[in-house]
Amino acid sequence: MTATATQLEIDRDKGDFKYEESHKYDAGVGLNEGTIDYICDVKGENDWIRDFRKRALKVFEGKPMPTHWATKDLENIDFSKIRYYLSGDNRSKKNWDDVPDEVKETFERLGIPENERKFLAGVEAQFDSEAAYSNIKEAVSKDGVIFMGSTEGLMEHPEIFKKWFGKVIPTGDNKFSALNSSVFSGGSFIYVPPGVKVSHPLQAYFRINAENFGQFERTLIIADEGAEVTYMEGCTAPKFDTATLHSAVVELVAMPGAKIEYITVQNWSSNVFNLVTKRAIAHEDAVVKWIDCNIGSRLTMKYPGVVLKGRRARGEVMSIALANEGQHQDTGAKMIHAADETTSNVISKSISVGKGRSTYRGQVHMPKHLKGCKNNTECDALLINSDSRTDTYPAITVRGEENYVQHEASVSKVSAEQIFYMQQRGLSEAEAMSLSVNGFVNDLTRQFPMEYSVELKRLIELEMEGSVG
Amino acid sequence: METETGLANPIEQAFQNHIDGLDTAPAWWTEFKRQSFEVYANMPMPTRRDEHWRFSDRSRLETIEGFSFDDSHSATISHKYSEWSNIASSETAALTFVDDQLAEASPLPEDFLQAGVIWLPLAEAIQSHGDLLKDYFMKQAADLGSEKFAQLHAAFVKSGALLYIPKGVEIENPFAVFNWSSLSNGTIFPHTLVIAEENSKASLVEFHGSIGENPALSCGVTHLFAGVGSKIDYTLVQNFNEQTLGFQINSNVAGRDSQIDMHSVILGCQQYRSETHGQVKGARAHVDMRSMALTEANQEIDQRTLQTHAAPNATSNLLFKNALMGESKTIFSGLIKVDDKAQQTDAYQTNRNLLLNRTAEANSLPGLEIEANDVKCSHGATTSEIDEEEIFYMLARGIPKPVAQELVVYGFFEEVLDRIVDDTLAESARQMIRSKFHH
Repeated sequence: MTATATQLEIDRDKGDFKYEESHKYDAGVGLNEGTIDYICDVKGENDWIRDFRKRALKVFEGKPMPTHWATKDLENIDFSKIRYYLSGDNRSKKNWDDVPDEVKETFERLGIPENERKFLAGVEAQFDSEAAYSNIKEAVSKDGVIFMGSTEGLMEHPEIFKKWFGKVIPTGDNKFSALNSSVFSGGSFIYVPPGVKVSHPLQAYFRINAENFGQFERTLIIADEGAEVTYMEGCTAPKFDTATLHSAVVELVAMPGAKIEYITVQNWSSNVFNLVTKRAIAHEDAVVKWIDCNIGSRLTMKYPGVVLKGRRARGEVMSIALANEGQHQDTGAKMIHAADETTSNVISKSISVGKGRSTYRGQVHMPKHLKGCKNNTECDALLINSDSRTDTYPAITVRGEENYVQHEASVSKVSAEQIFYMQQRGLSEAEAMSLSVNGFVNDLTRQFPMEYSVELKRLIELEMEGSVG
Repeated sequence: METETGLANPIEQAFQNHIDGLDTAPAWWTEFKRQSFEVYANMPMPTRRDEHWRFSDRSRLETIEGFSFDDSHSATISHKYSEWSNIASSETAALTFVDDQLAEASPLPEDFLQAGVIWLPLAEAIQSHGDLLKDYFMKQAADLGSEKFAQLHAAFVKSGALLYIPKGVEIENPFAVFNWSSLSNGTIFPHTLVIAEENSKASLVEFHGSIGENPALSCGVTHLFAGVGSKIDYTLVQNFNEQTLGFQINSNVAGRDSQIDMHSVILGCQQYRSETHGQVKGARAHVDMRSMALTEANQEIDQRTLQTHAAPNATSNLLFKNALMGESKTIFSGLIKVDDKAQQTDAYQTNRNLLLNRTAEANSLPGLEIEANDVKCSHGATTSEIDEEEIFYMLARGIPKPVAQELVVYGFFEEVLDRIVDDTLAESARQMIRSKFHH
């Protein structure tokens, strides 16, 4: 077991590195109209985007912090000390050889090896704001699948982009979606044409490297009629002394009969504020599934949602959150039923270690003109130490005919009997605890793609280290 | 507090009259009321951003000062009112109030009096047991959103019941309190205070209702204190007319090894806001809170609950069931809070909503805040229509559909009704439920 532990130690360091910053473009500290002009000029954006950004800035400035329901920790974000735009080189690299060595090294440490690249349909990695590397397998692009950075998407495919951009998550949805709308850069843009089923998952890694630099990526995925796509994002961030802000907006559009699966495994360093708005629109017979694993960060607020707009549409959120010492995972799900016979399923598992706090916040809405809608929500929380904390705050509104909603939540600890049983068989208390925790999330993780479930298990083991004894 | 013209507004005038009418009350009492009114007047109304008022219709809150708070005219109490108190029967002793005036008091049996039991209308208790009230009156703070209305209650309260059970005294039959409202635009402030000393046992049933169809405001408070090893069983049946606006702020404190059972049957009011805080303060205490509400037309029943565990090895259990007809709306918002000291807590919270009409709206906000790790806590919330299979089973046996639906609803509520200690009251409640289906 010692060998395994050493192995894991090495893995843990992967997120804890930092490179010398040499940014060609830097918008400086603080946010005002000038910052936006700088971003627009550097990116060479059209006036409508400039106007969109400036309007969003006004909305952002006008909106209060949502501290009437959210944690007061949000007040510790000093927006005037954040750098809103950094870019190494403004153009995406099409060729692996053109990618700077230090960025390549980052990928190496993140574990995007050659063999994985072979396996995955495309790798879209983000170093700070801009997509530094982008490669799509011919098999994917010849079907007409567009997979690129959202900056390029905006330039090259405005006819598709503009139609859906900001439609799923309007600027004024919340303070942080407004912030993102004013300074967004980077993120992915995916369009899958009708009937195309992308057989391999598309993948992107996000990194935050520069201190006090907020990352505001904007992702838009459109699966046209009958199309299917799986998108995976993994996030790691180096440790910094002062807080870093990450505030993404992710919009998914599943046209009739389409299927989108969006998988996130994040491992932010424990000083990151991770305030993300993720929402999908599911048209008739479409299926949207969010798989969300939240590890690390100082505060994560993220409630992936599905607006079930077409008949028989289905929305799913499966999430795992692990809150370690000093961390607050405030996550959940939103299911807005807006058509008959729509169904939704939310399964959330959280683990609180040390003084960590995990919170489930959910919303299920079924208005009066609907019938035959169903929702199932299950929230299970596991508390490891005596000062660990968990909260559950669902909000459920139901009207209409033949609608059925059930919500269940439970809180428990690892049973002493289980630990005893494993210790009897020679496992240390920590190993037994780790095994129990993995067992607790197992029925969720085994639904994940294999490499993610392996990565997640190892991350959980790492987080559990030193939590007992 | 005065308007620009220097003239007091109606509620201030009414409050002044109320204080003037208390000439024989002890000074601390009038001072306490003055302070309460001051706090009430300065406290803002709940706003849209207030989580405790999420989903609630706040528009009627702004109109409460349109009710008449003036109690200078005393209603003529007719003896026949006591007939309406037949809804409970097995009581040890009863108090009946009409528009906050004592209409009838059945005497406390001599042996209980000898044992030191105190059973008094509030107005009398202030004169004779001021020291006891000083320690217990309004000592459980409202903390679920109705802080302002609790202050309003404290400012205007003048009637209600005090029940004090001394150490070791056990009383099998329930005490009963009846609160009626009759005046048009009138206001009543029912107050019930139960103090159970060490190893004592008592039960109390309370009924709130209207005489006639006049709109009114009821703003009631019930506080239960269960001492070490004691048992309190409390039931409130609320059947005001559907023009009434009601607030009911309930709170209980459970001491070591005590047991509190609190039941509510909610049928009336146009809009009813009920808050219930169960506080486990002693180890091994048990608190059980059950409620049922049947709503129709445009009624809004808004219930907020909190179970706090501050001591280890205790249990609390909450079951709130609603059946909704017409365009009615219910809100259930519940929270279980477990302190880090409260290890080995078992706490449960269940909300079940039965939608009997497609335009009815059930809102459910079941919450947990857990800071201890060795606990068993869960909550469940379901909202659905009646199971088709249950209806089918009865249709197959020749029971017409409307009757079958009704039977399912009666069955749905039995889990709450069969806990009511007074059989007559439980039966009366069943009658009231039935008449809601057939009027």
